[in-house]
Order: sequence, then C-alpha cells, then structure tokens
Amino acid sequence: MKFVLLIMGLLTSYSSMAAPPLSFSQVAPGIYLHTSAHHWPDRDNHGEIANIGFIVGERCVAVIDSGGSPQQGAALRNTIRQVTAKPVCYVINTHVHPDHIYGNIAFKEPGVQFVGHHKLARAMATRGDHYLGRAAELLDIQVNHDNIIPPDIEVNDSMTLNIGNRELVLTAHPSAHTDNDLSVYDKTTETIWLADLLFLEHIPVIDGSIKGWLSEIERLEKNHYKLVVPGHGHLVKDWPASLQPQKAYLNSLATEVRAMIKQGKTLEQAVNTVGLPAKKNWQLFEQFHRKNVTIAFAELEWED
Amino acid sequence: MHKPYNAIFLLALMILPAIAVAEGDDITWNTVLKSQFFAGKNIEESNAVIDLDAPYRAEDPAIVPVKVSSKFAQSKDKYIKKIWLFVDKNPFPFVGEFEFFPESGKADLALRVRVNTYSDIRAVAETNDGKFSMTKKFVKASGGCSAPIGADLDEAMKRLGKVKFRLDDGIQSGQPALTQLMISHPNLTGMQMDQMTRFIRKSHFIDQLKVTFNDKPVLNAKIDIAISADPNFRFYFVPDKAGELKAEFTDVSCESPTSRNVCNKGGSYSQSYTVSP
Ligand SMILES: [Zn+2]
Repeated sequence: MKFVLLIMGLLTSYSSMAAPPLSFSQVAPGIYLHTSAHHWPDRDNHGEIANIGFIVGERCVAVIDSGGSPQQGAALRNTIRQVTAKPVCYVINTHVHPDHIYGNIAFKEPGVQFVGHHKLARAMATRGDHYLGRAAELLDIQVNHDNIIPPDIEVNDSMTLNIGNRELVLTAHPSAHTDNDLSVYDKTTETIWLADLLFLEHIPVIDGSIKGWLSEIERLEKNHYKLVVPGHGHLVKDWPASLQPQKAYLNSLATEVRAMIKQGKTLEQAVNTVGLPAKKNWQLFEQFHRKNVTIAFAELEWED
Repeated sequence: MHKPYNAIFLLALMILPAIAVAEGDDITWNTVLKSQFFAGKNIEESNAVIDLDAPYRAEDPAIVPVKVSSKFAQSKDKYIKKIWLFVDKNPFPFVGEFEFFPESGKADLALRVRVNTYSDIRAVAETNDGKFSMTKKFVKASGGCSAPIGADLDEAMKRLGKVKFRLDDGIQSGQPALTQLMISHPNLTGMQMDQMTRFIRKSHFIDQLKVTFNDKPVLNAKIDIAISADPNFRFYFVPDKAGELKAEFTDVSCESPTSRNVCNKGGSYSQSYTVSP
C-alpha cells in the first residue's frame, strides 16, 4: 500500500501540473517584474525563488532571466502573451544559477536568441551536470540537458541590443556574484537590472569573487539609476542607498577574513567565528553565510 | 504476485533510493573501494588510531575542510605509515593516499575536498605493524546554487604553480611543528556536459606531492580531483635544526574524469622554504 501511495504522489508531482499564474507588475513603462519572496530552493518552491521579468520594445520582447523551473518559464511566457502580441526575441540570462535559467526551455524556438556573459557557456558546461543531477531530488522538477541552453550571443565586455526604439545595454562584469554576471541597462527608463549583483533582505551569496564584487559595487555606486532591479529583493528607487547593507556585509566579511588570515587562523576557525552578528540583518543567513566565509577565505588567502 | 503490483513494486524500488535521505551507507565501500584498494586486508572500524573531522553540513561543496588526527606521536617503534581518504559517493571517490614517516612527528593531516552529494567521508590508516583501521564521517553536501567546482578557476589558473608555506611563529627545535602548504592550481575535475564540446573535458590536477625537510621525507601523497581547487594541506614535520622545507609536485591531465588509464604528464613544480627554529 505504501508503494501505491508513492506512485500516486509521483503522478501528481509538480512537473505534470499546469503552470500556475505569475504575479507581475509594470515597474516602469514596458518593464515587467515578478519579485519572489526569499526561500531556500526546495521541493515546495521548485527553485522559483529569483526575480524574473521582461522588457517590451516596439519590435519585440527581451526576457531577463527565465525562472527557476521549466514551469515557471512557461508561466512567464504565458504572461508575456497576455501583456503583448510582440514576439520574444531575446532571453537574457544574467548568470548560471538554476533559479535564473531553468525556464529557458519555454522560450526555445526559432527567432529567439539566448544572450549571456562570455563565460556563461563554460559555467553551464562545468556545473550543468551537477545541477541537473540533483534537481529531481532537491527541487522536484524534471530537467535534463535540453534545459541547459548556452547563449547564442556572448557578451565579452559590453553590447547594445535594440528591441525596437529601445536600447538595452548589456555589461559583462568581472567575477563578482559569479564569474559570469551580466547586467542590463534600459536607456529609456534609466533602469538597471543588476540581478544577483544586488541582494536585498536575502543574504548576498558569493559564488565568484568577494574582491571583484566589492570593486564592482564601488563602480556601480557612482552611477545614477532611477530604478534598480535586484535578483533577490524589492525594486530599488533610492540608488545607491539600498546598496549599502550588501556593501557593508561584504566589506566587513573581507576585513574580518583578512585579519584571521594574517593571524594564521584556519578556514575552519573563520567559518565558525566570522561575521555572525550580521545574522539579524539577513534572511537565509544560516544557509549561506558560512559558504560566503569559506569562499572569501579561499580567495583572500592568495592576496599577497 | 500479480503483475501490476509487481511492476509498481519495481518502480517503487527504483524511486525510493532517491527519496530516502540515508545517513551514509557502506555500499560503495563494500562493493568497490575495499577490493580495489585493500584486497585481502583485514580492516577494523575503530577510532583508536585516527579520528576524522568533517562538518556535518558542507557549506560549500567545492571546499569542505577535512581533518585526520592521529592518536599517538610518530616514533620509530610505532607510527602511521599511510592514510587513505575517500568520498564514497563522489564520481571518483579516491581523494588521496598519504604516506607518513617517523620523522613526520605527528601523522595529522588537514585538507579541503570536494563533496558532490550526501556521502560518507572515509579515512583508512595503516600502522607500521601492518594493521589497518578505518573511521568515517557523514557529510551533507549543500544544495542550492552550489557546485563542487571552484568559484573562480581563471584566477587559480593565472597563478598556477604558485606555492606558499605558512608556519607558526616560535617553532621549537625537535618538536613537531605544524605547517600549511598552499598550492595554487584549479585542479580541474573534467566533469563537464558532453554536448558542449567546445570546452576541454580533460581533468587537470595535481597527482603527486612530496614534502621533505633537509631532504628527509615528511609527507608523500598521491592525490586526485576530489582535492579542492588551490590544494591546501596542514601537516607536521620535525625541525631538528635549521634547514629547508621543500615541496615538489607534478600535475597530470586525464582524458576521462573517472578513469586514470589515459593521462598525460603535465608540469613539475618545486618550492623551498627556509626554516630556522
Ligand atoms: Zn545567483
């Protein structure tokens, strides 16, 4: 009987269900954003935990991050169809993390070009099998190699896409959140889509370089933006004020880790002591902080 | 048994292992590792010779700190000859084989490894009396956006071969001194998706490491892709007088991530450090 129940459970698993509707708001003329609450990716949320959206031009639509599951990608596609009759011409992946790319497959059709950082394809190749291998167990979604779609257009430094009287400036950043971060600037509304280069409420996650991220923060901080879209967190209208908590977190992490390295302390000691008071400032602190310390330590011990 | 029930039963058997969260098991050990590395040997599961430390939750599966501590100092009469490390459920479970000497002072070893999934980490020690003992720790590799690769391989590649020794201040002559050896190397696993063929699938990792003090052996290691990028080892040696601590290592590139049949030799590297107790 137990086994029969298990099969029933399998039949009603997430992958066989219709895509639930996604909430979107038009945050600026032609810019549609779905913001997610902050969760650890799991079998209940299926990894649908990132902010995703799209920008509508006079000619066509650019998707920015396709979602954390094929279902969320399909829901995003359905939403676009309700908003506009214009076709999707670009799917821009801001980086390799599964919560930003697993919806790609919903847009795979002639006329759609996938766009990413010049290191995105390599990151997909080296991480893809690992992500795919655990998706069924951890996220309760069915994905395979077809769901990992490398970019047709690779951005080396900077590139401008025109979606019809609307220019999107793409910037490939040096290693920061990951080694393949791409941001999208909409000239029309002075909006920058920073994706996971900016975290609010959700603890920043380092999967690239803490030094690189801090220097990108310093550079971006000087720019003027009317709106900033983070990968996790609410829409920002007070740039650069909303950047400060992330900057402070990464700065103090780097300072404390450097001090421990100087004192001859080990990675294990750093992981158990560095930065713990910051817990009150961030959601998902327990899940990511020690990983951040680990990555920062492994990077900064090679500094001198 | 009726046929439909039989089919469901079989299907359930196939699904169950993926759902059940087991706290480690000895399947890989019993079916593969034991016969491959210790055929005919009697191995006692015990903490009398070595202890193994590893975090229950691997915060970053690319960098999991693991530590083996010996229960006695190395002496001519009684010493640990070798320690093997395995991550059972990794695609290539063998982490390394580490040879120690009476001159090592203490057969302790701390290092960083890659842990692909929920797995036991296993340490086997051979003492100079020819006995084997084994201890293990279960580690939950973190999920989410983490992968057991390394965050910035280009940086590691840029400084490839760079070596650092770190010693505590105030080391004493004749006493075991803790040293840290850091090697910059991306230690590429070669685990990549097949269809993206524009990338090299070959692994590229440090395979042999030899540490000596005044030309006397301290640590000899045969290692593999489960060692994290930028390999990092902490171990002891005995500085009986001033002298030269030296690390020599080679790297290798193999066609398959999980077979060592077809490999090409890479570079040889060497770095010395002057010690004055
Ligand atoms: Zn991310």
